[in-house]
Amino acid sequence: MEAFLHVLLIIVQSVALLVALLVFIAYILLADRKVWAAVQLRRGPNVVGPFGLLQSFADLLKFVLKEPVIPASSNKGIFLLAPLVSCFLALGAWAVIPLADGWAIADLNVGVLYIFAISSLGVYGVIMAGWSSNSKYPFLSALRAAAQMVSYEVSIGFVIITVLLCAGSLNLSDIVRAQDSAAGLFGWYWLPLFPMFVIFFISALAETNRPPFDLVEAESELVAGFMTEYGSTPYLLFMLGEYVAILTMCSLTTILFLGGWLSPIPFVPFTWVPGVFWFVGKMTAVFFMFAMVKAFVPRYRYDQLMRLGWKVFLPISLFMVVAVAGVLQFTGWAHG
Amino acid sequence: MSLPALFFYLFASVTVASGLMVISSKNPVHSVLFLILAFVNAAGLFVLMGAEFLAMILVVVYVGAVAVLFMFVTMMLDVDFAELRSGVLQYLPVGVLIGLIMLAELVLVVGGWGASGALPTTRGGSPIPTDMTNAEALGRVLYTDYLLLFQTAGLVLLTAMIGAIVLTLRDRRTDVKRQDVTLQNARKPSEAIEIVTAPTGQGIAEGRGVR
Repeated sequence: MEAFLHVLLIIVQSVALLVALLVFIAYILLADRKVWAAVQLRRGPNVVGPFGLLQSFADLLKFVLKEPVIPASSNKGIFLLAPLVSCFLALGAWAVIPLADGWAIADLNVGVLYIFAISSLGVYGVIMAGWSSNSKYPFLSALRAAAQMVSYEVSIGFVIITVLLCAGSLNLSDIVRAQDSAAGLFGWYWLPLFPMFVIFFISALAETNRPPFDLVEAESELVAGFMTEYGSTPYLLFMLGEYVAILTMCSLTTILFLGGWLSPIPFVPFTWVPGVFWFVGKMTAVFFMFAMVKAFVPRYRYDQLMRLGWKVFLPISLFMVVAVAGVLQFTGWAHG
Repeated sequence: MSLPALFFYLFASVTVASGLMVISSKNPVHSVLFLILAFVNAAGLFVLMGAEFLAMILVVVYVGAVAVLFMFVTMMLDVDFAELRSGVLQYLPVGVLIGLIMLAELVLVVGGWGASGALPTTRGGSPIPTDMTNAEALGRVLYTDYLLLFQTAGLVLLTAMIGAIVLTLRDRRTDVKRQDVTLQNARKPSEAIEIVTAPTGQGIAEGRGVR
């Protein structure tokens, strides 16, 4: 009976998190379009609801009510599995993210690795879609995706390792707790590990296929990349998966470098604010940077992208791992 | 049946079934996808055993990187299924023979291991430490107890990597224009563009305004 209640509690928590996340995604999507529009001196979506606030829900209805078209020569099973894979994997990563102290659904000992593993699986949605569509543009896109996402995972991995060295734990909550100090916002890891913060931010853009690294779906070259043959609900699932993955990366940036749920100013009126507000606020701020980058950075060429990943980020992050480990060891700041 | 046992049978049966599908499915891409399913379920088995670090590393390394490269290669294969099927009878005896030899050897190895009661430590493996996390225990084994072996393994991999790079590095063609990024970044607007006011009806002289 107790085990049953425990399972029931986890299910209720998961559903609550999913609903909150999906509603948040609806508005993040709108915010993305609004920021983009504002930079280009347009109004953006402003028709459905006041200030276009219901635009995402109108889009949802439109996608769901349309007929899904499956190309006759496609590999049907994998064609339909791909959007599901990309959406469910992206949502699955949220099981370990601590929105506030003790608010993670599963407080895993290897939380960082879990998120890293799940985000490295994200590439399969793209590859499966590209291959099963049995069409040239999606296929080229799948090849690009495979190379791009594997390349940038390497530098993300090294950035995560440096943070782990400083925090001395693989648990996401412990990483946030390790940043708790009297210095408040200056005690978080973005300051001592600033180069890694920048590398992580740029690699996160590449890992989630955001502009300027959206070569996987470059409309001027590949129509819509791996999504070319998709419409209606499967397309919606891809979009949803993409934005959930972006938000996962934003929250991971918040946890690793911006002190998670901690208050930036460690005094009394600010520490009374519930941690979840700080967390969501920081996450939204990081997403705002994502949106601004999309608005004003032109797309990279593919060889430039590969050069940046392998010849710039990989050596810098490798060097930083050694340097940070050395500093921690010789100054005696290392944990345990 | 307890919950862990239920999950064990679920993961184990899916692993075995997808392993069978890897060798029996006709399309190589399907084979790779089933291989990935087998990896993920093996990771589930690791989690059940309390080896969550190994489970995550299995997913990151094998599913996230190795299988992507498999997929990359198999996707580009142009498979002629009719031709594949025509050769089956020809290769079947050799395949069956090799399979039988492998099976016999495996049975002998595992049987001999089980029969030798002299080494109980090798049967159950090292005791699982309870006072530290997975990552810490593994780190202690790899970087303290077996440092030399671990570093040697790393060197072997490095050698293999350099070998692969040397094999693919052909001498560069000189007639191809390549972009030098440092030169590109060193360019200034003043060197690249020139602002001219073109008088109406006269235009500007040939070659001006362009560099």
